[in-house]
Amino acid sequence: MNDSNATESINGIRNVKFTSQMKKDYTILAPDIFPTHLPLVVEVVRMYGYKVDVLRYTGKKVIDTGLAYVHNDMCYPAICSTGQQLYALKSGDYDPHKVALIQFQTGGGCRASNYIWLLRKALHNMGMDFVPVLSLSFNKTERSPGFRITPMMIAKGLMALVYGDLIMLLKNQVLPYEKNKGAVQSIIDKWTKTLTEQFRRNKGLVGASVRKNMRAIIEDFAAVEKLNVKKTKVGVVGEIYVKYSPLGNNGLEDFLLSQDCEFMVPGVLGFFQYMFDNMITDHELYGTPLKSLWGARIGASMARRIEKTMLDALKDYPQFAAPTPFARIRELGDKTLGRGVKMGEGWLLPAEIAELIEKGYDNVICAQPFGCLPNHIVAKGAARTIRELYPTANLCPIDYDAGASKVNQENRIKLMLAIAKEKENEQARN
Amino acid sequence: MNRLGIDAGSTTVKCAVLSPSGKVLFSDYRRHKSKISETTAQVLSEVAEKFPGEKMLASFSGSASMEMAGDVGVPFVQEVYATKKAVDALCPQADTVIELGGEDAKILFLRGALEVRMNGTCAGGTGAFIDQMAKLMDVESDTLDSLAFGSEKIYSIASRCGVFAKTDVQPLINQGARKEDVAASIFYAVVNQTIGGLAQGREVGGTVLYLGGPLTFLKYLRHAFDKTLGTSGVLPENSLFFVAIGAALSPQSMEVDVSELARKTKEYKNSAAGRACKPLFSSKEEYERFRIRHAQSGDRIAITDSPKGKVYLGIDAGSTTVKALVVDEDGNVCFPMYTPNSGNPVPIVRDYLTSLYERFPDIYIAGAAVTGYGESIIKAAFKIDEGVVETIAHYTAAKKFMPEVDFIIDIGGQDIKCFRIKNGAIDSIFLNEACSSGCGSFLQTFAAVLGYDEKTFASLALFAPAPIDLGSRCTVFMNSAVKQAQKDGANIEDISAGLAVSVVKNALYKVIRCTNPDLLGNNIVVQGGTFNSDAVLRVFERETGKEVVRPAIAGLMGAYGAALIAKQKSKGFSTVLGAEDLKTFTHSVKAITCHGCENRCRLTVNTFAGGEKYIAGNRCEKPLALKTQTKKYDLYEYKLSLLDAFRSETASGSKPVVGIPLALNMYELLPFWHTLFTRLGFDVITSPRSTHKLFVKGQHTIPSDTVCYPAKLVHGHLEALVEKNPDYIFYPSMSYNVDEGKGVNHYNCPVVAYYPEVVAANVPSLKKTTFIHGFIGIHDRKTFAAHFCSMTEKSGLKLKLADVKKAAKDAYAAYDGFMKAVRDKADEFLAVAEKEDLRVVVLAGRPYHIDPEINHGIDKLVSDLGAVVLTEDSVSHKVGKFPTSVLNQWTYHARLYAAAKFVTTLKRANLVQLVSFGCGVDAVTSDETRAILENAGKLYTQIKIDEITNLGAVKIRLRSLFAVIK
Repeated sequence: MNDSNATESINGIRNVKFTSQMKKDYTILAPDIFPTHLPLVVEVVRMYGYKVDVLRYTGKKVIDTGLAYVHNDMCYPAICSTGQQLYALKSGDYDPHKVALIQFQTGGGCRASNYIWLLRKALHNMGMDFVPVLSLSFNKTERSPGFRITPMMIAKGLMALVYGDLIMLLKNQVLPYEKNKGAVQSIIDKWTKTLTEQFRRNKGLVGASVRKNMRAIIEDFAAVEKLNVKKTKVGVVGEIYVKYSPLGNNGLEDFLLSQDCEFMVPGVLGFFQYMFDNMITDHELYGTPLKSLWGARIGASMARRIEKTMLDALKDYPQFAAPTPFARIRELGDKTLGRGVKMGEGWLLPAEIAELIEKGYDNVICAQPFGCLPNHIVAKGAARTIRELYPTANLCPIDYDAGASKVNQENRIKLMLAIAKEKENEQARN
Repeated sequence: MNRLGIDAGSTTVKCAVLSPSGKVLFSDYRRHKSKISETTAQVLSEVAEKFPGEKMLASFSGSASMEMAGDVGVPFVQEVYATKKAVDALCPQADTVIELGGEDAKILFLRGALEVRMNGTCAGGTGAFIDQMAKLMDVESDTLDSLAFGSEKIYSIASRCGVFAKTDVQPLINQGARKEDVAASIFYAVVNQTIGGLAQGREVGGTVLYLGGPLTFLKYLRHAFDKTLGTSGVLPENSLFFVAIGAALSPQSMEVDVSELARKTKEYKNSAAGRACKPLFSSKEEYERFRIRHAQSGDRIAITDSPKGKVYLGIDAGSTTVKALVVDEDGNVCFPMYTPNSGNPVPIVRDYLTSLYERFPDIYIAGAAVTGYGESIIKAAFKIDEGVVETIAHYTAAKKFMPEVDFIIDIGGQDIKCFRIKNGAIDSIFLNEACSSGCGSFLQTFAAVLGYDEKTFASLALFAPAPIDLGSRCTVFMNSAVKQAQKDGANIEDISAGLAVSVVKNALYKVIRCTNPDLLGNNIVVQGGTFNSDAVLRVFERETGKEVVRPAIAGLMGAYGAALIAKQKSKGFSTVLGAEDLKTFTHSVKAITCHGCENRCRLTVNTFAGGEKYIAGNRCEKPLALKTQTKKYDLYEYKLSLLDAFRSETASGSKPVVGIPLALNMYELLPFWHTLFTRLGFDVITSPRSTHKLFVKGQHTIPSDTVCYPAKLVHGHLEALVEKNPDYIFYPSMSYNVDEGKGVNHYNCPVVAYYPEVVAANVPSLKKTTFIHGFIGIHDRKTFAAHFCSMTEKSGLKLKLADVKKAAKDAYAAYDGFMKAVRDKADEFLAVAEKEDLRVVVLAGRPYHIDPEINHGIDKLVSDLGAVVLTEDSVSHKVGKFPTSVLNQWTYHARLYAAAKFVTTLKRANLVQLVSFGCGVDAVTSDETRAILENAGKLYTQIKIDEITNLGAVKIRLRSLFAVIK
């Protein structure tokens, strides 16, 4: 492996590459982007010989660290996720000379593709510019000699993600009703552990074992003792970080639980399918050469197969609302926004709102970082179309930001819930 | 049983008691000054007294009672929902409700499915905003109301955010605009904000109901809404109490004993510990040591009260205060004044001079200089010798005070100015951007809103046990943060200390973007009135870990600097008005509209005794009729004139007509599309030039109030195009821009890329025409024609591939020709600059920044200052691909980096970056551009622009740049 040019410097900012030597004794620190999914995905990465830690730091100290080192007009996910990594370096919990930082890079046209460089600048200002920063991406925006993503790794990673999607899906539908507090969490803990152990033995990621696992997971959730209570159904869509991360959304899930809601958040797999799909759309719209698309095509077909495995497993359990197949989401997308809109969550976001409404989740929270650029197009810009298509839609856009106050956010959600409850009462009367 | 509803909002507590039949038996309205639970308990006790021993069905509503309700055991009703309940019961005929509160604005659409619009995270235009504006004009809100009825004209005031509006109002006041007109303009700004920001394309019609404090108390505000909406809205009885009534009516209301509820509410203490910081001082002794240290270190300038002979006058007519003093030949300060400007600095300066002459009849003013926002008007009014750029005045003062100074930070009423000094020269200037939050007036306003004077308020902070963390963002965010803190039960001391922390953090992390205090150096001078607060000073020292020096005359440093410069430049005498002239001094103000060009600037003409005139509000020098005219070299103007060749607002013949909106990327691509469609046998028309009127025309369909102004303008352009009835309107989405090979990709930003999708979904009038808005790229010249055919086919155009191929060839030639013409012109200008030894300023933005409605004539300002103005795309081709420390993936921004690189190779050149407010991409690009420039020893200057831009501040920035690079 050629590790030369391991360091370059631009405007005095060093870009230290992650070398194959580092693979041996460096720990890669990942921000806590998908709380349910990431522990499983990380296990896959570990299988390939990397040391990886998912950071769990939360609270004001994390946000403050982000604010101190990242341009304050950057989007909130940048503040949160890089804040976690920078805080880890300052915390003393790690030897800064033995860690690397990783960020997901879509290579898309929104600012998120710049997080890598924000980190490098922050490291420079912290006097820690010796820390390598890695990009986790499917295209060739950045390369690190010591970090290679192979197709097999992607396949297994996607599978791990889907386990996460399944667990999240079931958790969301059972947790609000659980009779014995902690029952759901213990299932999650059990399966995180079981799957992790399986992955370590290179099991549970292909073939029959996946089906077996999935059925067992669903069985476990189906067996949870439930209260017979009525909850308000709330869908959550939004920017990929903010909608999943409690750090980013001020503990939205907990708040909704406290307000007697059952909520549905579409899975991560859909986002990956959307990204693969976009590359193929690029060919249709702009004639991007086909030969550069083989990766996307393989990815898309892998994702389709994995999706089918999960949907098949859920078929026998009609009590659980299953995810909408991606092909259908695409159709919904065509009704709501042009499919060429591919920056940020792009056309997927209004498509997911439509998906949720069609599933009976009329009340939809759209969680967005304040000042998110694609948000102007895909959320605020598409709201009118959604309302025209679905007059019953009860939409609630919420902006998240270091300066935004929780009281305002919760107040707006309460309004959405008040309207929802009135509707429920009306329906009950008729 | 009677029903009871409490509405605890951001500034007031409202209470209503209803009889079982719904009659209002009792109501009460009072300000809570952040003592929410106490005030609520008081009101409840009064209810208990009035209805002794009674039990009632009670609910709480209002943002400030959310947690309190749960704690004292009554249901919480969301306030919008409560309003709806009350309207259903009291005014069922209403179709639309407009409700303005202390800090929120809402529109409820009741017809059809209930739809509610509330102001978002970023919004002004509410009661608190009106209070702030009234404060700024030094009147009560109701006086503001009665003043407004005497208005003759309306100024445009940015309606998107209170902070911006303030920067608009301030110069109006400073320039002597009539109070009546400003007052009316403020109310119209609120109306525009409500309608533009909240209605978002939905018509406000039918029976309109006005609710809430501001609409109840302010008649003119209702008048302005009526006029704008073309309706006459209804102010119902009990308009203040709808939320409280709705809460009372809520079916969830619970039976309570009122005196018991009052007791519980009084005892309510928030359990949740707010985010607290360390106390500023742990003991009185620690504070005393701090105070003494600063008293000593700040005492380097002697103050005398018996000046003799020659003295030099310095005036700093700032945004919120006027400062003045004289220095004698030895540099001693005498007769300092620091006073609020109360909206008009002229009489204050007159009084100062009058008493100066009276007190010290023996002095002789040998030089006078003025600086600050009011520089021009004061200079004209009193015949002051010199006008000084603020930044230079402050630097001069600080250097005199501490010659070894490395860093100066000055926080004034509306400005934060910071300079880094290297080798005895200003190395870097940081000014707060268009946003004036975190400055003195911000603290002052908060103090006033909470019912304290500034000084008392600041002293409360010193021993606050647990200062709350309020974040470091704009005032609007601060308002909600304070609201949250109040809800959490924070006391006034902690809020005051928390605000001091915010001011400092805002300056350090937002303005200076200081990640490492060592970058500030070791000899730091802090000045400006805001630093007179020991709390702010303490926080600053703690946050940076450095001991700093605060001059005893911290608030007067601008005036001191001006006086020093007056002394330096003195010719031995001054033209300043003498005691006799002052006796006959008069000042009158008239408002007129300039017809010099299509900008139609609204001017205020100030006339002083002796016919001396001062005109304000102009964007160029034209109305001043100066005979300066040396030739102008302005590439912005040239580019606009090039585009004119492709503009035609009327179709000529029988051919099918394609309309193209002249907005966003069309400022570059018009030559391409125009040629393409013309060659394909269409007549092409364009929308007219942007104006504010055009913006207003499309304002009602803008779905996102925080998108950049250039994007907002698209709506008006489309409305104007639709009126011309073209067969087609063409505005395609483009993920990719042209590929100039400078970065790893060649994207458009999300807004430029996909705005056609937004208008397709949100501009209903587009249905009157065929709107062609598919996805296309022109970056691949080989496949373009085929993609264009399939894209337009979806809109019913049947074009032959061969024809398109031929037309595309011409279109590319037209585009290339346009770019070449721009670049050739730049070379010509550069040669002129070389020959005539002129400064070159690359005014770097995006193609659409050449729109005068977007750039507000800043290009003219620069060329008026005698520099050659170039655009970023006119020089970016001169630099090859180079590595950047950001992901270089947007075409327009790649040009920006390249232009910066080019500037570093030319000594006479500087770069000024234009940044549209809300442009998130510039959070990435501005740091990079700064890095490229500063690594090469160049100054970085940024100008933030929006719907309305305070050109006074821009001028200061540009003049500072020019003064420093001299």
